[in-house]
Amino acid sequence: MTSDRSQSPIRVLLAKPGLDGHDRGIRLVLRVLRDAGMEVIYTGLRATPGEIIRAALDEDVEAIGLSSLSGAHDQHFLEVSRLLAEQGASDVLLFCGGIIPKADVPRLKEAGFDGVFPPGTPLDAIVQFLKDRLRPSSESESP
Amino acid sequence: MNMSEFERWRRDVYDPFVATHPERKASFETSSDLTLPPTFVEGDDVGPGEPPYRRGIHPTMYRGRLWTMRQYAGFSSPKETNERFRYLLERGQTGLSVAFDLPTQIGYDSDDPLALGEVGRVGVPISTLDDLDQLFDQIPLDRVSISMTINSTAPILIALLCALAKRRGVPIEALRGTVQNDILKEFIARGTQRYPVGPSLTLATDVIEFATESMPRFHPISISGYHIREAGSTAVEEVAFTLANGIAYLEQAKARGLDLEQVGRRLSFFFNAHNHLFEEIAKFRAARELWYRITGDRFAMKDERARQLRFHTQTGGSTLTAHEPENNVVRVTVQALSAVLGGTQSLHTNGADEALSLPTSESAKLALRTQQILANESGVTEVADPLGGCPYVEDLTSRVLSAADELIREIDKRGGTVACVENGFIRGRIEESAYRAQVAIDDGSQTPVGVDAGAEIPDAPFTVDTSIEAQRCDQLAQFRQGRDSAAVEKALVEVSARSKAGDNVMPSLISAIENNATLGEIARTLSEVHGEFRDDQ
Repeated sequence: MTSDRSQSPIRVLLAKPGLDGHDRGIRLVLRVLRDAGMEVIYTGLRATPGEIIRAALDEDVEAIGLSSLSGAHDQHFLEVSRLLAEQGASDVLLFCGGIIPKADVPRLKEAGFDGVFPPGTPLDAIVQFLKDRLRPSSESESP
Repeated sequence: MNMSEFERWRRDVYDPFVATHPERKASFETSSDLTLPPTFVEGDDVGPGEPPYRRGIHPTMYRGRLWTMRQYAGFSSPKETNERFRYLLERGQTGLSVAFDLPTQIGYDSDDPLALGEVGRVGVPISTLDDLDQLFDQIPLDRVSISMTINSTAPILIALLCALAKRRGVPIEALRGTVQNDILKEFIARGTQRYPVGPSLTLATDVIEFATESMPRFHPISISGYHIREAGSTAVEEVAFTLANGIAYLEQAKARGLDLEQVGRRLSFFFNAHNHLFEEIAKFRAARELWYRITGDRFAMKDERARQLRFHTQTGGSTLTAHEPENNVVRVTVQALSAVLGGTQSLHTNGADEALSLPTSESAKLALRTQQILANESGVTEVADPLGGCPYVEDLTSRVLSAADELIREIDKRGGTVACVENGFIRGRIEESAYRAQVAIDDGSQTPVGVDAGAEIPDAPFTVDTSIEAQRCDQLAQFRQGRDSAAVEKALVEVSARSKAGDNVMPSLISAIENNATLGEIARTLSEVHGEFRDDQ
């Protein structure tokens, strides 16, 4: 499936699971990913893991980005990863950001979150991460 | 020769005030025995404590009384938060400020499935009257002023507080403090709204009406620019959107037939202290003068106290860096200084480690000490509005004021505050500013000191005990078992009936709490009447 997509825009779902209302960061990410030519769907606040998986499958996205600043990332992020595997969709790339203690990073990586972006991450780094992982061949074509 | 403006101010404003509100010392002197005057009044300027209050709401400012040192705290459980409160009070903090966890803020009990993973994370969970009793254990409700950061569920928390006062034999008239109850900025910037905009405003106005009539020492709203700034706005937008929200609340109060002079005396505001020292000082001064003008021009208010903008300040959380967190102590100091030079009534200073986690008790203490050093050692308290008359500060104040005024007029043109909350105009403006700020960081033109994106960030210094969630579920199960469920049901039916009838819900909420209904049950009852907010962003 991924090979069919090499010429089409990267499709990403961004989501805020849990009750956290801090959406400054995820809205910035939404904007830069769109500016970079990606097709981005955002769930809005308080999406449940089930709703996130449904949206990801319905929208046929290649990556899911999650944000939480309330400390509930373990609960919600790991549940998204588990449900994704349950749906046989573990090929969807996972990344996340927010206030995530360093000690929790290995656990998230193990659950499939290849990109963990703490506060202070330049927005370009997230764009680059998605391009590197999802369109590696197009890299040489960029100016 | 005519009397100078200073002499006029001294005779008409300062002397009568000091006669009833003595200063902290008979005279203020420097190390060189130079006596400091109470303020300076240049040319035809006005002094502190006189309209339009650009220079401060009191003639003596901190010569009379220091600002209230009020550190926001709450985590894990009522018991642990109570320990942190008492730790801070024992170290000289002068007011309490409660941080609630997200389930409590949005109206879910700790055992609700939607609360999973969130209990006690960013604040204290409160589901029952017993929880609140434990939170304020050994804290005299009539002697310590209590600030509560709660919005969607503000009516329920006020009902809990009133019920607790009754349980302890404290008259509710004696309760002092502030409840945030600023629902509009939740839709704009903070994100804990539970109900649609219209009913949310009705509930907020219920609290304002109830407190105005029954809680004479309580501020029933804290109109907050803090979170608007944290979401990415500029200083001018912070002033404009906050005061625009203030206009909306006064319009609600007016529509309900409340006496605006009475309501005005009870309003309080809450601003951010960000990085640019002089723009922040100018912002506080501008906000005060603009609010004075708004209350006169738009609402024909006459009472001077009702037109004074009183405010709390918190240093800017989003300015803190996860890298080299010790640098944040210096950022917080400069930000806190702007609030003091801008004439704040109370202040929260952030902990240095708050880009990593909630603050440890050590860093919460250091943050409090930072305020105490400014208050007791720096000397900045000894002349009221010390920068008044400085051309730079006065010019910047006037420019922030007129830019904010212009933006409020733009909101008027677009149908007013509520329309601009609903149509996304305000959010759009904030997002644009947040984007510009991020670009300035990313392109290197505004790089925070000590941040190296490639470097490791330190470990989180504070972790919340996650076993609390299971304990709370057990406690709530017991609580529900031990109560008279018919009485609960009856009380909730009454809440529903009052809401549907359009009556003030407050008396029915207090009665529901006294009949052992939980916060979550009451919030759900209200949602059955009003519907639920959905983020259709």
